[in-house]
Amino acid sequence: MTHSARPSGSTHLSGPTRLDHATGIDRSRHISFSVDGQQHTGFAGDTIASALIASGRIDCGASTYLGRSRGILSAGIEESNALVRVKGRIPGDVSESMLPATRVPITEGLEADYLSGLGILDPGQDELVYEHKHIHVDVLIVGAGPAGLAAAREAGKSGARTLLLDDRSAPGGSLLSSPGRSVEGALDESIDEVPAPEWIEATVNGFAEAEEITYRPNTTVFGSYDSNFFVALEDRTRELVETEGTGSGASAGSADSDRDDTASRAGTRQRVWHIRAKQVVLATGAHERPIVFADNDRPGIMLASAVRTYLNRFGVAAGQRIAIAATNDSAYELLADLHAAGIDVPAIIDSRATASAMAERVVDTTGTRLILGSTVTGTAGEGPAGRISRVTVAALDEDAVAAGHGEDIDVDLLAVAGGFSPVIHLHGQRRGPIVWRADIAAFVPKTPVRDQFTVGAINGDYSLEAALKDGAEAGNAAANRSGFAAALTVPKAAAMTFAPARPLWLVTSAEDDHTALTTHFIDFQRDQSVADVQRAMNAGMRSVEHIKRYTSISTGGDQGKTSAVNAIGAITSILGETDLGSVGHTTFRAPFAPVPFAALAGRRKGELFDPARITAIHPWHVAHGAEFEDVGGWKRPWYYPRPGEDMEAAVLREGKAVRESVGFQDASTLGKIEIRGTDAGEFLGQIYTNGFKKLGVGKGRYGLMCTPDGMIFDDGVTLRVAEDRYLMTTTTGGAATVLEWLEEWHQTEWPHLDVVFTSVTEQWSTVAVAGPRSRDVIAKIAPNLDVSNENFEFMGFRETTLAGGIPARICRISFSGELAFEVNVENYYGLAVWEAVAEAGAEFDITPYGTEVMHVLRAEKGFIIVGQDTDGTVTPQDAGMEWIVSKFKDFIGKRSYSRIDTAREDRKHLVGVLPVDGTTRLAEGAQLITSGTPVTPEAGPVPMIGHVTSSYMSPSLDRPIGLAFVENGRNRTGEIIQSPVAGSLVDVEITSPVFYDPEGNRRDG
Amino acid sequence: MLLIDCPHCGPRDETEFHYGGQAHVAYPADPHALSDREWAEFLFYRDNDRGLYAERWSHSLGCRKWFNAIRDTVTYDFTAIYPMGQARPDTAEAAPQASAIAEADPQPHPTAGFEGAVR
Repeated sequence: MTHSARPSGSTHLSGPTRLDHATGIDRSRHISFSVDGQQHTGFAGDTIASALIASGRIDCGASTYLGRSRGILSAGIEESNALVRVKGRIPGDVSESMLPATRVPITEGLEADYLSGLGILDPGQDELVYEHKHIHVDVLIVGAGPAGLAAAREAGKSGARTLLLDDRSAPGGSLLSSPGRSVEGALDESIDEVPAPEWIEATVNGFAEAEEITYRPNTTVFGSYDSNFFVALEDRTRELVETEGTGSGASAGSADSDRDDTASRAGTRQRVWHIRAKQVVLATGAHERPIVFADNDRPGIMLASAVRTYLNRFGVAAGQRIAIAATNDSAYELLADLHAAGIDVPAIIDSRATASAMAERVVDTTGTRLILGSTVTGTAGEGPAGRISRVTVAALDEDAVAAGHGEDIDVDLLAVAGGFSPVIHLHGQRRGPIVWRADIAAFVPKTPVRDQFTVGAINGDYSLEAALKDGAEAGNAAANRSGFAAALTVPKAAAMTFAPARPLWLVTSAEDDHTALTTHFIDFQRDQSVADVQRAMNAGMRSVEHIKRYTSISTGGDQGKTSAVNAIGAITSILGETDLGSVGHTTFRAPFAPVPFAALAGRRKGELFDPARITAIHPWHVAHGAEFEDVGGWKRPWYYPRPGEDMEAAVLREGKAVRESVGFQDASTLGKIEIRGTDAGEFLGQIYTNGFKKLGVGKGRYGLMCTPDGMIFDDGVTLRVAEDRYLMTTTTGGAATVLEWLEEWHQTEWPHLDVVFTSVTEQWSTVAVAGPRSRDVIAKIAPNLDVSNENFEFMGFRETTLAGGIPARICRISFSGELAFEVNVENYYGLAVWEAVAEAGAEFDITPYGTEVMHVLRAEKGFIIVGQDTDGTVTPQDAGMEWIVSKFKDFIGKRSYSRIDTAREDRKHLVGVLPVDGTTRLAEGAQLITSGTPVTPEAGPVPMIGHVTSSYMSPSLDRPIGLAFVENGRNRTGEIIQSPVAGSLVDVEITSPVFYDPEGNRRDG
Repeated sequence: MLLIDCPHCGPRDETEFHYGGQAHVAYPADPHALSDREWAEFLFYRDNDRGLYAERWSHSLGCRKWFNAIRDTVTYDFTAIYPMGQARPDTAEAAPQASAIAEADPQPHPTAGFEGAVR
C-alpha cells in the first residue's frame, strides 16, 4: 500500500508523505486525530509525532521562557520540545499534560494540544483505575533492545523467573530504527543469518511459550533502589482507550493475551510495578545528543537517530533535503537509509578530519558529498515557525574552533549526530561508579552495581555483535547466580567496528565571549544556553551540581537525557579543559521519566488514602452526629454537637453532664497489651516507675513509664488479672510504640524473664461511664455486681455478667476525677453494651462525650496527657508526679534523676495558668514571659520562661484554664506572668495545676 | 529500599522493620554504680562508623523479633545477621553468617550472596 491510499482533504497536503517501506505501522488501519484543532490522519502504530511529521508539521509548542519556535527533536522518551496535553478520551478520563508527542500512540478521535513546556492541571476527577503490583523475580532485564532480548532469552530458558521491561511499545530497541531489510552500503544487521525483525519476532514469540518469562512493553523503569528494588510505570492507556472507546461490549480484558493476571488488568490505565530482583541486567541503551551551535533549536533540526526512526519505522521522511551534521560513525547509517529511500542529502558534514572506514564506504556507495573537519555553525529559517532553510558550514581548527565564515547549504531538515549518551540513570541512582570514555565521548558504568549487569549501548558498546554477546552472557550468568543453569547460546551478528568520535561541545568562533552565545541551546525545555552556563560560572560556580541548580539545566522532564553531557561539555570547554570526567556528572535520582501522581497513588485514594480504624461502636457515633478526631489511626468521637451548638457549647454541655449527672465515652481505642508470664510483675517493675509486683489480683494501678534518660514516655492503668497475667492500657496513640518498647527490653536486655506480650486493643470494647450517677447506671446494667463503695473500691475491677448475659470486666477507673467505671466486653458485644448503657442511663439524662471534654475534665484535675503536656523532655518530677516514682526499686530512667541537669530544682514545672481577666483563653503552644519584659525589635530576643501545653474553657469553673511548663514554676505560685494572645500580652497567674476538687472527694461518688 | 533478611521470616522489605541503633551497647548491670559521665555516655554516645557497623533491627510489622546485623554504612549491604546476645561475628571477610542464624533458628535460610561484580 502506498501513500495514495491516505484519505485526502483532511490533512496537510504539502510536506512529506509516507514512503513505501515502514516496519512499524499498519496501513490497513487509519486513525483520525487532531492537534491544536487541526484534523490529521495516521496509521495504527503511529505516535502523534510520527503522524504529524507525515502530515508535514514538524514544529511544536513554542519554548517555555523565550517563546522560540521549536520542533520535534527525537522519536522517544528523551523528547524535550514536543509536549502535548491530551484530552480525556473515555468516561472518567481527564486531560493529561506534558506527554511527549513522540511517545503517545494515536487513537481514534484523540484530541491533543501542543504545550509550551508547562502543563495545565485538569481539575476534573480522574475516575480511571491505577494500581500497584508487587513482584519478586530472579532476573529483571531493563530494555528490550538486542542486548535485553538476548539476555531475556538466555535467562528465561533456564527456568529463572525473568521479567523484561521496556519503555517502547514494541521490542527491538535501536533496531526499531533500522530499515529491517538490506540497504546498500549499510551495516549488516541480520542476526543468526535472518533479518533482525524476524529474529526479534521469533525471540519474543519464544517468550510467550516460556513459562517464566514476562515481557512488558510500554513499561518504564523509573527508579532503582537498594537491594535491587525497582519501580516501573506500565502505561496501558492505548489498550484501555481502544477497548472502552469502541463500545463493542467486550470486556476490557478479553483481548488480552496476558496469562498471569488478565482479570485484574482489565480497565487499568496505569500500573506501578514494585520489583525485587535477585539479579538485574541493565540494557537501557543510549540517547543521542544535539550539537551546540548557534540557533541549534530551530524546527527541522532533529536527532539523526530520530530521523532514521521516522524513516524506517514509520515510513516518514522528516525532510526532502536533509543535511547531516556528524561527529561519529552512527550518522552514516542514516545516510545509507536516506539514500535507499531516495531522499536528497546535499552533504554530510563530519567534525572528524579524516574519513573513517564506514564514512568512506557509505559515501562511496551513496555518492554523497562529504565535508570533513567541519561542522554546522549556524542556521537560518523561513516558512511556518521558522523551519530551518539553510545551514552554514565552517571548517574547524585543531581546537575545534570554527574558522571564518564557510559555506551556506539549503536544506529543509538538519540531522544532528552529536554522539550518544548511554542511559546510565538506573545505574547512577544506585551510586554506581561511572567513568568518562573519551574515545566515544560518553560516561559509562565503571563497574556494575552488585547483583547487576550492564550490557550493550549503556556500556558504550554500539555494535550489534557485542550487544547480543554481552546480553546473552549476562542473561545466562544472572540466571546462574540466582540458581538456574542453562547452556549458553550467543546470537550471531556481523562484526562492526566504529572509528573514534570527535565530539563538539561548543561550536563557536568567539570562544572568549560565551555570554553572547544565547542561542547555543543546551537544555531546550528549560531554554538554557551556553550563555546561561557562562553566567553561572561568572557567578563563581564550578561544580556541575551548582551550575545545574543555578541554570536549572537537566531538571524538568529531560532529567539530563539530552542536556546533561552537553552541559558538562560546555563547562569543560569554558574551563579550558578537555576531560569531561574531571568535571563529573550530576547525581542521578529517580524518577528517570515523569510519573503521574495518580499512578503513584494507585488505589490509595479517597477512603483508602489513609484507612481509618473504627471501633465497634462507631456506627452509633455517626448516627448521633459526632464530630471525629483522628488519634493513632482511629476515628474517635471528638464531641457530639446538638442542632445549633458550636464546639464550645457542646463541650461545656458534655462536661457539665459528667460533673453533675453522668456521661459515657467510647474508650475502646486505648491501647491494650496482655502481659503474661511468671516474671510479668518483675518486668513491669522495671518498665514502670512504680511497682506492680505486689499489686493484688483484681486490682489496677496507674503507671508511668520513662525512657532511660528519665523522660516520661507513656502512661496508663494496668490491671492484675491473675497471678501471672496483667492487662496494660496505653495511650491511644502510643499503643504500637509501647508494645515495641516492651519487646525491645524483654528481648534485648532481659530475655531470661518469663514474659510475653500480646496486643489485645482490638479484642476489647470499652465503655467509660463517668459522673455522680455512674454507679446507678452500672448497677442497672450489672445486676449481679455489688457496686457499693465499700465492696467495689477505687482502682478495683470485677468480672461479672451483664443483664443481657454478656460477660464483662468492670473497673473503677477515673480520668475526670468523678466517680467512674469502665465496662470492658468482647469487641463483638461493644455496640450492644454501649446501647445498654445509653438505655440504663436515660433516666439520668446520660450524655455521650468525646475526647475534647475528656481532655478538659482531666485538665481541671491537673492530669497530664502524654504527648500533649509532655514532649520527651519532661521528667515525672517536672510534672509534679514524684508520688509515683519508687524510691525502693530500680526502673528504666531512675539513674537519670540524679544527673545534674535533671536534679535541678529550677527546671520547668507543670503548673496551672489562669488568665487574670477570667475570660481570655490562652493559646496552646504559646510562650510565657516574665511580666514587663520588653517585646520590641530594639530590645532584641525575648527570654522565654515557659509555654502553655493545654488550654480550655472550663465547664466546672466557668472560666478559661490552662496547664503550662514554667521555669521553677512550682516555686512561683501566685506570680503574674504574660502570654501573647492575638497580638497583645495578657496577664496570667501561676497556680496549682489542680483546679477542681483538689481534695479528691468526688472520686467515690 | 533495603531487603532485610529477618532470621525468623526471611527476606522482607525495609518498611516492615524498625531500626534500633548500635548493637552491643548493653544496659548497665547497675546504673547507679556509674558516674554521671559514664551514665551520660551510655545514654547519648554512639559510634558513627564508616563501613561495617553492628546494629539492631526489629521486625516490628512482622514477627516483632529483635536481631543484630552487620551492615556497611557506605554500601548499605548487610554482611551478617545474628541473634541478640551473640557476640559480634568476625566480618573481616564480609562473609554471610548463615550459621549464626541456624543455631538460633531450626530452619536455616539463605542469606544474600556476596560474590563480586562480574564486570
